[in-house]
Amino acid sequence: MELSAFLLQVLNGLDKGSAYALIALGLTLIFGTLGVVNFAHGALFMIGAFCAVALQRILSISTITLDETKTDFLGNPLKIKTPIVEEWFGEATGQLLIDWSVPLAILLAIPVMMLIGFIMERGLIKHFYKRPHSDQILVTFGLAIVLAELIKAYYGANQISVPAPDMFIGSFDFGMLIGMAKGKLIYPYWRIVYFLFALLIIGLVFAFLQFTTFGMVVRAGMADRETVGLLGINIDKRFTIMFGIAASVAGVAGVMYTPINSPSYTMGMDFLVISFVVVVVGGMGSLGGAVLAGFILGILESFASMRVVIEAIPGINQVVIYLAAIVILLARPRGLLGRKGVMES
Amino acid sequence: MSKKKTPPMSAWNRRDVLKAGAASGVIAGAPMFFSRAHAADYINEPTGKTVTLGFNVPQSGAYADEGADELRAYQLAVEHLNGGGDGGMMNTFSSKALKGNGILGRKVEYVTGDTQTKPDAARASARSMIEKDGAIMITGGSSSGVAVAVQALCQEAGVIFMAGLTHSNDTTGKDKKANGFRHFFNSYMSGAALAPILGENYGTDRKAYHLTADYNWGYTTEEAVKTSTEAMGWETVAAVKTPLSQTDFSSYVAPVQASGADVLILNHYGANMVNSLTSAVQFGLRAAQANGKNFEIVVPLYSRLMAKGAGENVKGIFGSTNWHWSLQDEGSQAFVKSFGEKYGFPPSQAAHTTYVQTLLYADACERAGTHNPCGVGAALEGFEFDGLGNGKTLYRAEDHQCFKDVLVVKGKENPTSEFDLLEIVEVTPASKVTYDASIFGGELGTCNPGV
Repeated sequence: MELSAFLLQVLNGLDKGSAYALIALGLTLIFGTLGVVNFAHGALFMIGAFCAVALQRILSISTITLDETKTDFLGNPLKIKTPIVEEWFGEATGQLLIDWSVPLAILLAIPVMMLIGFIMERGLIKHFYKRPHSDQILVTFGLAIVLAELIKAYYGANQISVPAPDMFIGSFDFGMLIGMAKGKLIYPYWRIVYFLFALLIIGLVFAFLQFTTFGMVVRAGMADRETVGLLGINIDKRFTIMFGIAASVAGVAGVMYTPINSPSYTMGMDFLVISFVVVVVGGMGSLGGAVLAGFILGILESFASMRVVIEAIPGINQVVIYLAAIVILLARPRGLLGRKGVMES
Repeated sequence: MSKKKTPPMSAWNRRDVLKAGAASGVIAGAPMFFSRAHAADYINEPTGKTVTLGFNVPQSGAYADEGADELRAYQLAVEHLNGGGDGGMMNTFSSKALKGNGILGRKVEYVTGDTQTKPDAARASARSMIEKDGAIMITGGSSSGVAVAVQALCQEAGVIFMAGLTHSNDTTGKDKKANGFRHFFNSYMSGAALAPILGENYGTDRKAYHLTADYNWGYTTEEAVKTSTEAMGWETVAAVKTPLSQTDFSSYVAPVQASGADVLILNHYGANMVNSLTSAVQFGLRAAQANGKNFEIVVPLYSRLMAKGAGENVKGIFGSTNWHWSLQDEGSQAFVKSFGEKYGFPPSQAAHTTYVQTLLYADACERAGTHNPCGVGAALEGFEFDGLGNGKTLYRAEDHQCFKDVLVVKGKENPTSEFDLLEIVEVTPASKVTYDASIFGGELGTCNPGV
């Protein structure tokens, strides 16, 4: 195998792993704090992506003028749309806002997802804390279906194109940076941005838990909820906030993912199963494990999709994640960084 | 699924007995084939003033938008058949058997089912429409897997199946059935129409890399494009199967440029196509150079609805399509006008083929003078027509496949509207895409009237 092909799949794996890690991080936060297995987490990722779609549509709201010199498909005068933001802020600024709608959507997604997280937790999931895990799975899975159908009802079933800002369209020649021939190791700009963004978010979440008083209380609550409660600390309120934060992490991951794959209402389900495998492989309740497993499984999946690998072991690309999960769980039954006592009776 | 009510059986009175006696006297004196009219000659034989058609389309799942467009076209066709609206393509259709008074004087009603783009669900909804709702014909599509499954069911049940959007060679190839008919084109035709255009634009010395959806339609499309491009001198460097459930194609696209290929052929449809094309463009393949030439991407089967999902990425990329709203012939214009005025946007190719299939079925009933599937089938076999948007068309008797011109299209560089995504590059004449009916195997069998 050529070095460039190897490095390309490593980059790809890190990129895929970024999305897995971000979703698995949120899942682990919710499981670790609230003890709930949240099957609606993929739907939160999807709703985040549709925040980007919504902002793109909002910024594209236009005034319509008729151009009598041109006709539409029915032969009527052509409707020319001018985005209102261009009228308000001038053409250049208006275009810039529309062009940067994906990064700007993060500002929309954080409060929206936080709110959705609060409503989900207070309105539905809190009633299932004392119920068996199977009940929690059923209700959150049902919720995921409802959320997906709501999005489909409003935005339709087809994918919606949401491009990255112009300056990030195209690809970067990594190979030339390390002395390879031109065109040997090319990687899209936006995927590099996504990887760096994921590292930033993961770093922020860890820093929040590690270096703030709030984070310290949450970590204490994760370790021993009862004792923290006996100290007079309202841990439930903090856990609700953590649910909102986890929803926001999934949401912003979804926003930034939209230029990579045009979003559709099914994208949450596409990621959900893999993210659960990531959480289990990483170790239930272990944030570091979730991130590590996300990247490892992403890289494995990338290598398994290579032609030489598929030709040697047909079908490996479809099962590699599950095979890896079996091997890791046989060797380390609690997962890579799992702690004793979590989800064990 | 909507249900029809049947009128309650009234009790017999003296007058009925007398009428029946008189009628039986007339029948006894009539030739034998008349006497068969009273027994059901075929399943769901209409006896009242209405006839029910079953529209089996994806109303949920990834193809739901395409299914919704098909349903709009079916509803428009029913409206036109019953004499409503402006008549659409009934006015331009070369056959003048349709009068706007339903089918054989019976008002057309319909029931709908959701295929969910799953063969099992599609068969269940088709069965329900036949058994419970009395549908005399089933039509619909958006997946070859579904079409083949529903076609087989209709053959067993004894009703006509008018396929909607299904592009696999198998539908009228190895899985063809006497009760099934397809207007939409197929993978072979896409390959045959595309290859000369690819040769003209990209030369005959090219190295192709195929990414292929890992199911029935993907295989036949890959085979068709490989055969026609290799025949003109292209070399196939690799053909990699990708899981149908794949959403991120980066791992499959990333190695393409280092493979020595200079053309990437995406045998993908629907979400697969949108995602793989987006990945290919992101990885710089549109701007890349390989073997001293510009790197090119080809999408054998295009759909405007999906081109919309891929956005800017479709610009300049060649593919084929069954029909496009920008066609200037009288039939296409009439259809675009009817559909556009009713719904506010132009119809998709899925909408076009389903509208046409409904008209063709109704017309065949009129010409045959019966709804009997065997009579209708015989009327469709070898039927030549024009005025329905694809020029002169033949419903070939040997495999129940329509032969007509195929459109080679290209993603438009400077679209003037959100619908103006594809431009027609070439209208390949039917003679160039016609093949021997025996090459894909399969047997039509005999028509089944269901009784």
